[in-house]
Amino acid sequence: MIKINSKKCKGCGLCISVCPKSCLLFSEGFNKSGYRWVILKGKKSCISCGFCYLICPDVCIEVLHKI
Amino acid sequence: MLLQNMKYLKKYFIFIIILIKMKKIILSRPKSLNNVVFSYCPGCGHGIIHRLVSECIDELSIREKTIAVTPVGCAVFGYDYFNFDVTEAPHGRPPAVATGIKRTNPDKFVFTYQGDGDISAIGIAETIHAANRSENISIIFVNNTVYGMTGGQMAPTTLAGQITATTPFGRNLKNEGFPIKLCELLSVLDGTVYLERVAIHNPKNIINAKKAIKRAFQCQIDQKGFSLIEIVSNCPVNWNMSPVDSMKWIEDKLIKTFPLKIFKDKI
Repeated sequence: MIKINSKKCKGCGLCISVCPKSCLLFSEGFNKSGYRWVILKGKKSCISCGFCYLICPDVCIEVLHKI
Repeated sequence: MLLQNMKYLKKYFIFIIILIKMKKIILSRPKSLNNVVFSYCPGCGHGIIHRLVSECIDELSIREKTIAVTPVGCAVFGYDYFNFDVTEAPHGRPPAVATGIKRTNPDKFVFTYQGDGDISAIGIAETIHAANRSENISIIFVNNTVYGMTGGQMAPTTLAGQITATTPFGRNLKNEGFPIKLCELLSVLDGTVYLERVAIHNPKNIINAKKAIKRAFQCQIDQKGFSLIEIVSNCPVNWNMSPVDSMKWIEDKLIKTFPLKIFKDKI
C-alpha cells in the first residue's frame, strides 16, 4: 500500500507509467497548485514494490507494508 | 467470572486487529532532504537525483560532516532542499570551490552537484584540472543536454540534430561541433579514480545510479581520490515532451550517444 501527498504531487504521471499492477490513476479534482494529483485505485492490488517511490521526482510517495 | 473473561477477550481481540491493520513505513523521504516542495518542473529528473544523493548520505551516516557545492543552474536552490551544509559557487567553479574546502577541512565530506551547462561548458577547465590533480572530491554531473534554467539553449552535450532554443533547425555538426563526452575525456587522465555513467529513465537504472553514487562517496571516505558520476537525466519542458515521453527518449536516443558503463575503476 502507498500514501500519496496530494499537496506535493505535480501530476507528471511517471509513477502511473511504471506501476506493474496499473493501480494508480489521476484524480478528478485539482490540488492547490493546479495539478491533477495521483490516487491509488485499489488498495488490495498494490503489492508495495516501491517502483513509484523510486521514480517520483517530488518524493511525495510513502510505501507502507504490513508488519 | 465468564462475563469478565469475555471483556478481557474483547480487548485482546481488538488489540490483535489493530496490530494486523498497523502498517510499517518501508520507504519514505530521507532525513537529508528537507520537507519542502521542489521548484522543479513536473517530471524533472533533479528531484530523483536529489533523493538518491540524500539516501546515500543517510546510509553512510555522514550528514553532520557533509558540505555540498551547488552550481548556477536549476539546482541553484540546493541549500533549500538539502538538510546539510551547502555553499554556492560562481558559474562553472564548484570543483575549484570544493578543492579549497577539502584542502582546508580534510576531515569533511565534500561533493559538488553540477549540470551539463555548468561542468562541460564554462567550467570544463576547472573540472579537468581538479581531476588531473586527483583532488579528493566527488562530482555529481547531471546531463540533460540543454541549459534548463535559462530556457533550453544548446549545451555542449546537445545531440546532433536536436532542436533547442538556439538551434531551431537542429544541431548542425559543421557549425556547432560534436556532443562532448566528459567521462570518456576524463578517463584518459591518470588522476581520476572512479568514473561511471548512469541513467534514471526506469526503476532498474535508478537503483544502479544509487549504487554508483554510493560507491563514489565511499571512494572519497576511503581517501582514494577524484570520482565523477554522470547521470543522464531528462528535461521535459525544454525538450517539448511529456515526462513519460522524455523518459522513453532517453532510452531510445540519449543512451546511444552516451553509453552507460564504468569508464574507470581504480578503487
